[in-house]
Amino acid sequence: MSDPEDLAALMRAARKGDDEAYRRLLLLVASWLRAVASRGLAAAGRPNADCEDIVQETLLAMHLKRDTWDETQPLQPWLRAIARHKLVDHLRRRGFTDHVDIDDHSDTLAAPASAEEGSALDARQMLASLPERQRRIVEGISIEGQSARDVGARMGMSEGAVRVTLHRALRALADAYRKDRT
Amino acid sequence: MKTEQLVASLVADRSGSARPLGRTVGGAVLAGALVSLVIFAVEFGPRVDLAAAFATWRFDSKIMLVLSALAAALGACISMARPVVIGRWRWSVLPILFLAAALLAVELVALPAGTWQSSLVGSNALDCLMAIPLFALAPLVALLLALRRAAPASPTLAGAAAGGLAAAVAATIYAFHCFDDSPLFVLTWYPLAAIPVIVAGAVAGHRLLRW
Repeated sequence: MSDPEDLAALMRAARKGDDEAYRRLLLLVASWLRAVASRGLAAAGRPNADCEDIVQETLLAMHLKRDTWDETQPLQPWLRAIARHKLVDHLRRRGFTDHVDIDDHSDTLAAPASAEEGSALDARQMLASLPERQRRIVEGISIEGQSARDVGARMGMSEGAVRVTLHRALRALADAYRKDRT
Repeated sequence: MKTEQLVASLVADRSGSARPLGRTVGGAVLAGALVSLVIFAVEFGPRVDLAAAFATWRFDSKIMLVLSALAAALGACISMARPVVIGRWRWSVLPILFLAAALLAVELVALPAGTWQSSLVGSNALDCLMAIPLFALAPLVALLLALRRAAPASPTLAGAAAGGLAAAVAATIYAFHCFDDSPLFVLTWYPLAAIPVIVAGAVAGHRLLRW
């Protein structure tokens, strides 16, 4: 995340349909988010176990809300605003209401982030809460690494129908995160 | 599910991509305005002397006022729908203020002081207070639905901006029905009629636009 121009360029390429650029952007953002969430949790005195959940919830939000980025503006402030929003939201759900500010750490955007610590437990539970068809499609693409076309062939659906259902599944996942008050 | 695995699903989901926010908001405005235009056509209709009215400076200035309010509200609504609000839209309020001040001055000079009050009260004040919220209803609903896909820094302010935009759409439609063209009337009653719409938008936004 050192070169802000680079991120905006990746997002622009992604908007034009470049999947590889989008994947690279999401992975870069994920590792940055890991550092931000980790620090935010530490500042709030919460265990780091929730870290990957915050990363995934924020990535989902960023993906579903990507149209709200104004191409004439740099990407980083937009990313930071979404990350702050989701971090505050997560902590509030767990009863932490003090002020959390990630802007203090904006100079450390380029800092190397720790590696992902296993799979997030919540994410697996939330996947299980999806309707059968949606869950099988997300599992097929995410866990088995199949293409939308392959999943469609296996389930007797067109590729387009798979993508529509996948989009619904991602929105349902984002809602499940948001409503999680445990 | 590992984050890297989630990324695979995000990359595979291409729907809704590359649809600028401005188009989403604009589409909602058009859809809502269409419903309100039907109500307008069925229940109200344009004023009978519309063609003649276009030749008067008062009517033309009224249309200019509502259109510039519409443009400013559109900019405000799109800005408020983003996680990072850019204050550029505020500049579009300035011309409205200048226009309003100039029109007030001209009207106060043009009219004898004795008729100021009757121009201000007009003959349609109550009509205006009812019709603008009525015409704003469909645009407000359409805008709130559209903004659920957005990521507003403040859901309450985004809702209020949606209310302001819906009221501006409604005012533009209503302006073609109302006989009261005096800037004294327009600058008093149109903003008053917009207030309940803005408040309703703020309340609804607070509840519906969280993300």
